[in-house]
Amino acid sequence: MRQSIWPTPERPPLVPGRFRGDTHRGDRVFSWITAASASIVILTVLAMTGQMLASSWLSLETFHWSFITSLEWNPVTEQFGALPFIFGTIVSSTVALALAVPVSFGVALFLSELAPEWLRNPFGFLVELLAAVPSVVYGLWGIFALAPLMRETVEPALRASLGFLPLFSGPNQGYGMLTASVVLAIMITPTIASVSREVLRAVPRAYREAALGLGATQWEAIRTGVFPVARSGLVGAVVLGLGRALGETMAVTMLIGNRADISASLFAPGYTMASVIANEFTEATEDLYLSALAEIGLLLFIITVLLNIFARFLVWRVGRQGGA
Amino acid sequence: MVERRSVLKGLSALLLLGLAAGCKRGDPNSPNIYLGGAGATFPFPLYSKWMSEYNKLHPEIRINYQSIGSGGGIRQIASETVDFGATDTPMSASDAKKAPRAILHIPVTIGAVVVAYNIPGVTGELKLDGDVLADIFLGTIKTWNDERIARANPGLALPSLPIAVVTRSDGSGTTAVFTGYLASVSPKFQSVVGEGKSVKWPVGLGAKGNEGVTGQLKTTPGTIGYTELAYASQNRLTTAAIKNREGAYASPKVSAVTAAAEQVELDDSLVASLVNAPGAASYPIASFTYLLVYEESKNARKGEALAKFIAWAVHDGQGLAAALHYAPLPARVVQKIDERIKSLHFGGKPFLSQGT
Amino acid sequence: MNIRSHFTYRKAVDRIVRGLCLLAALLALVPLFSVLYYVTARGLGGISFEFFTELPTPVGEEHGGVANAITGTLTLVGLACLFGIPPGVLAGVYLSQFGHTRLGKIVRFSADVMSGVPSVTIGIFVYSLLVVRTKQFSAYAGGLALAVIMLPTVTRTTEELLKLVPEALREAALGLGVPQWRTTLSVMLRTAAPGVATGIMLAVARVAGETAPLLFTSFSNRFWPGGLDEPTASLPVQIYTYAVSPYEDWHSQAWAAALVLVALVLTLNVAARVLVRHRVR
Repeated sequence: MRQSIWPTPERPPLVPGRFRGDTHRGDRVFSWITAASASIVILTVLAMTGQMLASSWLSLETFHWSFITSLEWNPVTEQFGALPFIFGTIVSSTVALALAVPVSFGVALFLSELAPEWLRNPFGFLVELLAAVPSVVYGLWGIFALAPLMRETVEPALRASLGFLPLFSGPNQGYGMLTASVVLAIMITPTIASVSREVLRAVPRAYREAALGLGATQWEAIRTGVFPVARSGLVGAVVLGLGRALGETMAVTMLIGNRADISASLFAPGYTMASVIANEFTEATEDLYLSALAEIGLLLFIITVLLNIFARFLVWRVGRQGGA
Repeated sequence: MVERRSVLKGLSALLLLGLAAGCKRGDPNSPNIYLGGAGATFPFPLYSKWMSEYNKLHPEIRINYQSIGSGGGIRQIASETVDFGATDTPMSASDAKKAPRAILHIPVTIGAVVVAYNIPGVTGELKLDGDVLADIFLGTIKTWNDERIARANPGLALPSLPIAVVTRSDGSGTTAVFTGYLASVSPKFQSVVGEGKSVKWPVGLGAKGNEGVTGQLKTTPGTIGYTELAYASQNRLTTAAIKNREGAYASPKVSAVTAAAEQVELDDSLVASLVNAPGAASYPIASFTYLLVYEESKNARKGEALAKFIAWAVHDGQGLAAALHYAPLPARVVQKIDERIKSLHFGGKPFLSQGT
Repeated sequence: MNIRSHFTYRKAVDRIVRGLCLLAALLALVPLFSVLYYVTARGLGGISFEFFTELPTPVGEEHGGVANAITGTLTLVGLACLFGIPPGVLAGVYLSQFGHTRLGKIVRFSADVMSGVPSVTIGIFVYSLLVVRTKQFSAYAGGLALAVIMLPTVTRTTEELLKLVPEALREAALGLGVPQWRTTLSVMLRTAAPGVATGIMLAVARVAGETAPLLFTSFSNRFWPGGLDEPTASLPVQIYTYAVSPYEDWHSQAWAAALVLVALVLTLNVAARVLVRHRVR
């Protein structure tokens, strides 16, 4: 009976009969302990799902689908619709991706294909340090360095050149969707860059060499030999970055302007799902208000989990191709 | 190899030290008493001063107050995660129902909600009446040189800069007082926004706490917002004079707040609104701010320490108020409080039987 | 001629793309250096002896320090390690041996799911689970929230590193009659230890800077905490509070606190790097 549990592809089966009786007991105890620990991981996820569902039940029951389609977030009348936060989360993450993806792919290509060998590791390490800086420190830096820069230089310049677009019009205070997106872009760049780098590395060298051997330039070799194979993995890297952007809380809360409204202008203040929780969760007095905030947490939980699973699947596919 | 070991050892030692630091005063028999409180940011400068001074007088008592907003104070006291709450706006009947036992409101000081602004080039005092103020916060007055603002302020060179409204992003008693004022002077504000701790503002940037609003006002040109007098004074923000009930413009000063408080009678619930108080000298947007405590304490030592602290705050503590731009409680209010806090008890045994 | 110009064009494109990649790489580092510059330049001014030894002053008064937040962060991270590492490592051991079983697959999937959950959601979870029930913001709650964030990283790192241990080592130990559990602990885990430690250090570095979940769990405290069941100050929450405040002195303390936090986090990252290099050699 034990044998059906033991064999693994990585580890050859152990035959417990080889050991003396007392070691059996030790092994059994040990395997129980590890199994129990492993179950903690499952239990935590189940408890989290259950608790989030329970906390948001009142709101789920009261608003049904209108919760995600209603613009009204009004604690006075107890009308709660999460659309402004969903909108803010989507817009800030999309703008952040638009800024971060080209840079991240550039970094990944530089690190995996172009940089001299001696530079790759130290440089890669520096990019990873970008991910190590705590969110609240980015927020602090954002308030005192980025927001003034956006207010006085970047946003006026954008208005002067692209002001005919509604995206870049209206009053600007340095706090708003655009500033939050820039800081988000900075924070997700290392994620996208390092996963893309791994994906590119997983593509066998032969693919590049074949193209180079035919007289292709290095860029052509990458474009024709590497990208087609790596494509789904690169998409996966972007999706992982997106997952990180959606859940990012502190830096965004400190810079987005915290206003539950929808505006066409990126200069205008907005609000994200994560930041409304951070701001209002400890002080929501009505049960329904609290439950509505918990439901936002639940939505965020579901979206990020699905995105992560999807991204992992995409990245894993390249790993398998490359390894074959 | 050696390096690696020492790195790991160093880190583990650091963490153990941290754990030890956390544990070191966990002895249940020690005379130390910890009181946790949370709520309004409005009186936070005064509270933090009080609690720091009180800790100097009674080193064994540590009172930790976190300014998370009045909404937070009400929520956390009702769910008993803190020993006392604090709010600038009285608990609603439905909030009170959620609490397991009766909660007492104890006014401890009086403050003013000021309208502060950051207009480049303008250092003078802006004069605003309720209607204009409501329309600014409704977003119908959009620029600083709007005719309706300019009319009352002929002496100021107002720029054609867009007005950036700053509001609170958290559940706030300051918001409740301010919207209460605006709703009382502008029927339009009453119908579009209404009054409450968290309201849906038609315009504006949201900032957390009076601290956040003040910070935002300080750093961002073109802004207008509402914050507590102490924050505005400590940070030298320019503030507006507001037209009061008698038609006079009152500047936000401690004396104008005291004038408002003198006009208002307090009943036995110890709760009263100071908004739009009568009197030509009264500042119209003033408020009591309250501590929220359970009448019946669940912990004799904590309850007693809290009752004694409150008694200290409404007597000796009042001396610290004016320096921080809060108005001291009038003597007759203090008398009422003295009577009322005798009812604080543990298992029927009052903490302050003989008065103080 | 035509072919040559086409070739020139192709080479030019190649050069442009390579140039853009280099530019992107440099651009990506600009914020890092800007943050490090600001944190150092502004933080050093706020660093003083009392910054490390004193409690915060009342609002609006100058001076004072964040000593309680520094020890608070160490306390919270210590608790997170206590709650998060043992089950994480053991779950990793389980996965490395039974990863192919149905339970193993569910565990691995759960760990992956957990690693993607935003930390603010974990804050809500621990608040509802622990703070509401115990009626107490506490270091325990904060530590638990951080442990939940650490758990999946520790589990998956341990699993991956145990799989890298040469099979021969294990067979040798088992061949000598060492029981399975001792082989796992004193041969396999010991061999994988530097790698596992690296993973743990990176996880610690990440949670040390977490703010959002602490807002609803460990809360904050102006004084020294009297025990693990009391609200506890932490550097990230203190930085947040000070950063959004209007007081200049608090701003400079926020920068100083950020300098301390960033130094801690970067040290952990560099140390982890050093550990990996040792392993590779």
